[in-house]
Amino acid sequence: MTGKGKRETGKVLLEVRDLHASVEGREILRGVDLTVRAGEVHAIMGPNGSGKSTLAQVLAGHPAYVVTAGQVRYEGNDLLALAPEARAREGVFLAFQYPVAIRGITNAYFLRSAVNAIRKHRGEEELGPVEFMDALEEKLKVIGWDSSYLTRPVNEGFSGGEKKRNEILQLAVLDPKLAILDETDSGLDIDALKTVAQTVDKLRRPDNATVLVTHYYRILTHIQPDVVHVLAGGRIVKSGGKELALELEEKGYDWLREEAVVA
Amino acid sequence: MSSGIEAQVLQPYKYGFVTDIESETVPPGLGEDVIRLISEKKGEPAWMLEWRLKAYRNWLKMSEPHWPNVQYGPIDYQAISYYAAPKQRPQLDSLEQVDPKLLETFEKLGIPIEERKRLAGVAVDAVFDSVSVATTFREELKKHGVIFCAISEAIREYPELVQQYLGSVVPYNDNFFAALNSAVFTDGSFVYVPKGVRCPMELSTYFRINAESTGQFERTLIVADEGSYVSYLEGCSAPVRDENQLHAAVVELVALDRATIKYSTIQNWYPGDEEGRGGIYNFVTKRGACRGRGSKISWTQVETGSAITWKYPGCILQGDDSIGEFYSVAVTNHRQQADTGTKMIHMGKNTRSTIVSKGISAGRGQNTYRGLVKILKGADDARNYSQCDSMLIGDKCGAHTFPYIDVRNSTAIMEHEASTSKIGEDQIFYAKQRGLSAEDAVSMIVNGFCKEVFKELPMEFAVEAQRLLGISLEGSVG
Repeated sequence: MTGKGKRETGKVLLEVRDLHASVEGREILRGVDLTVRAGEVHAIMGPNGSGKSTLAQVLAGHPAYVVTAGQVRYEGNDLLALAPEARAREGVFLAFQYPVAIRGITNAYFLRSAVNAIRKHRGEEELGPVEFMDALEEKLKVIGWDSSYLTRPVNEGFSGGEKKRNEILQLAVLDPKLAILDETDSGLDIDALKTVAQTVDKLRRPDNATVLVTHYYRILTHIQPDVVHVLAGGRIVKSGGKELALELEEKGYDWLREEAVVA
Repeated sequence: MSSGIEAQVLQPYKYGFVTDIESETVPPGLGEDVIRLISEKKGEPAWMLEWRLKAYRNWLKMSEPHWPNVQYGPIDYQAISYYAAPKQRPQLDSLEQVDPKLLETFEKLGIPIEERKRLAGVAVDAVFDSVSVATTFREELKKHGVIFCAISEAIREYPELVQQYLGSVVPYNDNFFAALNSAVFTDGSFVYVPKGVRCPMELSTYFRINAESTGQFERTLIVADEGSYVSYLEGCSAPVRDENQLHAAVVELVALDRATIKYSTIQNWYPGDEEGRGGIYNFVTKRGACRGRGSKISWTQVETGSAITWKYPGCILQGDDSIGEFYSVAVTNHRQQADTGTKMIHMGKNTRSTIVSKGISAGRGQNTYRGLVKILKGADDARNYSQCDSMLIGDKCGAHTFPYIDVRNSTAIMEHEASTSKIGEDQIFYAKQRGLSAEDAVSMIVNGFCKEVFKELPMEFAVEAQRLLGISLEGSVG
């Protein structure tokens, strides 16, 4: 599944096998298989309604999605057995397609609570406001924000682009092992896209992995994916290298649908 | 919302325990003899007894109000004991002389009555049942001429002040519960801040109901003389009871020219169990009078406890340029009911009032905001801003809003905003996806919702309020 296998040496971080999931009784995922190794970036592309966001939500544990069959192993353990907050504490991060606003709670407070929930889980000491701010300053610079964003309520009154950037700030601060970015590139202008993509790229390490769910090729010009998958009709119908994304950009998805039917 | 909500709305009241101290309690029942007994036990002057009796005779002619949007069975006023005092008498110089069990109770409640609080600059007049048992910082306050003592003591020591102001804001015949209180009140606080004095510390009283079947009737009177400032904190908690306990307090505030009174309440009395059994009936009359030019009264309340809450802390804006404020958070979980809000009566010119109310309903809780803004004829250029927000957690609770507006002067400017929202599964999931537990997520979202009110509370109180809100709603969302 990992295509060209340039870096097959990385440990398997995420292993999805024959995953089926429904929402409101409607089956969306119909047997997804996916293996993500540490150090890799995977892009998941596909037409609207193919199940890309569902896959992201299921991996994060959204209660509206019901897994009806299959399994997901994360670092060798049953991911689906964990509550959403436990998955997060174990290093699974979802950058939301539609980030939620929380009135009256500042970005800084929210971030610190998240960091401390994770630190507590790891048996580390919780950070006080001052220590935390110091660590945060750096991350802010990376995404090109000043500290005024920290005192604003979480996503409240943020533009679409600001919300997406805020997700990336959270990603940078929480430093997960597995980051799932659900159409983070949608609704970003070219400069914002570049900042976001560069930040994600900078966070790449041999011990973490990223799954990019996207509609568009353009983000992949900034982040080199190791593997590109096409999700159609609730299954991964094709996997390949970066050139697959380029092919999709040119030919669209229809040719793959036909292939999927044949398969 | 998911079924997990109901599953988690099952948090036992964390402050439920009974302290085993012998109480001296008069037998249940109410009559002139009981009132005479209370007055005698308190060593009151004749005028006080007369006032009580007048209130009682009026009360007999009044009937219990049933217009609030709450439901409860009939109250048997003859089944209530109207006086309970810990047997150990409160003539103490220091905390060492206080019954250790009593101190332990305070300790369990997290009431910081001892040194650390003293260092923090908070004077505490702790009321255990109906009698003050310990008062700190009296001397320091005395230096500034501030009087802070139990009302019964004030009646004996400062009769002219008490006589001048008691009942001047809430008359003895104001309403059924106020009349009852006037007849039988046993304790409460009295504060007098002299002209031009800024009270050097936050004044804080913790109330606690402890004797079985004892109604508690506190009476608090705060007078801020010209140009003075005082901030008063009231916090409550009560042990688990099977029987409903009636609580009918009266609080009167008087602010003279350019004086400011800030009155903050955290109310956390026993709310009853999940099925609504037990719990305190909290029927309270609180009112402040801005008597002078540029006086200001600000009420802030965080109401998380009681089976039933019925209270409308209000301001009578008599003086020109006077200001009234009301900031409220009311939480109803399980089967709690709250009908609360405020009354802003504009009489003086250029008077201003602000109302910010946050109602949170969970479980089968019913939360009603009821507010009156009245602009009288002479109140030129009066302004009011009202904001009423309701938050629903789950689908078996209710939020209701009854704003009454009565404007008799065409120069008035009124603004009213209202919103109702449901705590979102998406919000909770978002927070969980960042590693927060369901409890922390709910607590965070609700605290954010209440922020405009919490920022009005003194720092320490705000922290306490946030924690309390978390506890009250623990388990309300899965």
